[in-house]
Amino acid sequence: MAEVTYLEAIREALFEEMERDPNVFCMGEDIGAYGGAFKVTDGLLAKYGEQRVIDTPISEAGFVGAAAGASHMGMRPVVEMQFIDFISCAYDMLTNYIATARYRAFLPCPLVVRGPSGGYVRGGPFHSQNPEAAFLHTPGLKIVYPATASDAKGLLKAAIRDDDPVLFFEHKYLYRRIKEQLPSGDHVVPIGKARVAREGTDLSIITYAATVWKALEAAEQLEKEDGLSVEVLDLRTLLPMDDEAIIATVKKTNRVLIVHEDTRTGGVAGEITARINETAFEWLDAPILRVTAADVPLPFAPPLEDYVLPQVTDIVSVARRLAAY
Amino acid sequence: MATRTASRAPSRPSDALSLEQKVELYYWMRLTRSLEERLVNLYRQTKVVGGLFRSLGQEADAVGSAFALDRSAGDILSPLIRNLGSMLVQGAKPLEIIRQYMAKGDSPTRGRELNIHFGDTERGFVGQISHLGDMIPVMAGVTLSFKMRGEKRVGLVYVGDGATSTGAFHEGINFAAVQRCPLVVIVENNGYAYSTPNTKQSAVKEFKDKAMAYGIPGVRADGNDVLATYDVTHDAVARARRGEGVSLIELMTYRRKGHAEHDNQSYVPEGEIARWEQTNDPIDRYVRVLLTELQVEKKELEAIDARVAREIDEATDLAEQSPAAEPTDALNGVYANPASMDPLWYRTGVRSAVEKHERPASWGTYNG
Repeated sequence: MAEVTYLEAIREALFEEMERDPNVFCMGEDIGAYGGAFKVTDGLLAKYGEQRVIDTPISEAGFVGAAAGASHMGMRPVVEMQFIDFISCAYDMLTNYIATARYRAFLPCPLVVRGPSGGYVRGGPFHSQNPEAAFLHTPGLKIVYPATASDAKGLLKAAIRDDDPVLFFEHKYLYRRIKEQLPSGDHVVPIGKARVAREGTDLSIITYAATVWKALEAAEQLEKEDGLSVEVLDLRTLLPMDDEAIIATVKKTNRVLIVHEDTRTGGVAGEITARINETAFEWLDAPILRVTAADVPLPFAPPLEDYVLPQVTDIVSVARRLAAY
Repeated sequence: MATRTASRAPSRPSDALSLEQKVELYYWMRLTRSLEERLVNLYRQTKVVGGLFRSLGQEADAVGSAFALDRSAGDILSPLIRNLGSMLVQGAKPLEIIRQYMAKGDSPTRGRELNIHFGDTERGFVGQISHLGDMIPVMAGVTLSFKMRGEKRVGLVYVGDGATSTGAFHEGINFAAVQRCPLVVIVENNGYAYSTPNTKQSAVKEFKDKAMAYGIPGVRADGNDVLATYDVTHDAVARARRGEGVSLIELMTYRRKGHAEHDNQSYVPEGEIARWEQTNDPIDRYVRVLLTELQVEKKELEAIDARVAREIDEATDLAEQSPAAEPTDALNGVYANPASMDPLWYRTGVRSAVEKHERPASWGTYNG
């Protein structure tokens, strides 16, 4: 079988789920005739028609709200944010309406909001964001952020089948950069389970999305140059967080570095740190350290963006400090 | 009584209603008003937790519009805080309402939400949230699903004059209009959004004119005339059911009470409330129609009043006996999976966080 890119894997998941379940339909800006800004939905309109592949007005609150209403009635909408940066326009709908619907009104909300996220692409402040932490704080939502093509496909299929609302973050830096041979058949990856991307014994890097690849590169370098055995844990799902896998890697290596592309203050790393502190403090041989973006909006120019975002060299130097503690 | 019909020649939708149905409209309006009056009593007895929201003076617009839906066809509405009458028509029970206001454990939301914020898609109403305008996009999606499945069902969503200023109002109607969803949007123009009068809400003189921006029809009707409300809604519902898309209806009414019971209405010009009460009360107006035009006997209406009082008494008695909410139930139902959240470690095995639940006398609460 041919290798499939991260982007193609997402497209495969959409085709397969629309084929499997007539209640699945897609909505978003320019997803039909144009096939989406990144061509993720290319071909869907031709196969499934305007009823199930809906080009929407520019109105994130409008069509995310409409997705909620349709999902109450048994439909399974998959909504595309043209760029995930625009999800903030639907923040009210997601956090106040959708996230609370089951709890306050026993209304099912089986919908997926997906879209291209993340930087390293010279997209500037409004086409590079990682807004996952803003939603991590909202009970009722699930958050998925795959790092591999295989997980992108399997997790999107799981998200569409899930009975709860799922935010599905796709890293646009990975869209066409990585490819792999996908498992055959109905490939579904369970939500809520992290993945050990690399086994190690000296220290653990806990991360997700594009920085999984930065962490793997750093791990390789640390092994070659320092003889360090570095474990990389790819969270895959941020909400619910896989506490079991996090604690397992803490107990295994006793040193933890958390890496994410999102800004530092109030980021996912802080939450992971608190969880480890509360349940596995005595297993730590060193303070938990973070490599994250600086607390600034993400700038456009390559020298600026590269300065703000986590790089392999940052991970290597911080890991060395952690190992030497 | 079963064979009596209205006397006038059929020229408007309500002429096709039987006299029983016309009398039923009175029942729903009376039930709405009397139930709210009972809630006021319970509020003053400090048995209502939180605020109390009245629809005094707006019963006709709520009841008449909801009555125009076809419940056997599976039509669905999304109410606003002043649409108790709409919910009752659609099948909500006084007992449920009182239990909600009293925060009881067997209330429709098991104590999760306040007042009339609850829904039941089986009976045909979707629970609202406090963020005004948001229910328009949601109902656009509900009715989009009707269209996608080829179902001949219609949705009705209520907003107030204030919500027409929101982005959700615009985005929701625009989306539904483009998709030709079978949706009716009712703007209840009751003069005020909390304390803000329409002149500070919009430079548009008539909210129905906003329809023009979406390429949909907009009409205005007398919301305090229950039959006129029924007529205008019936037409829009029929249009939606024929596949002709969204309509906007502006119903003119007046909010005779404050935003909630704690609101002293200091911002209302002197005499305005009394004028509406004396000259344009929707129930008084309809009683005159029933007694004179439709020749209903006064004792028939009195019998309805007695029935309403009995039903509310029974509901109150039952609600008073209802159990309080169970504290640990707070952890259930956030997700389909997992069905429950784990308690915080220091709450493991703790049934109640405090011995006595404080009842703060503050915003929204009756404090004597």
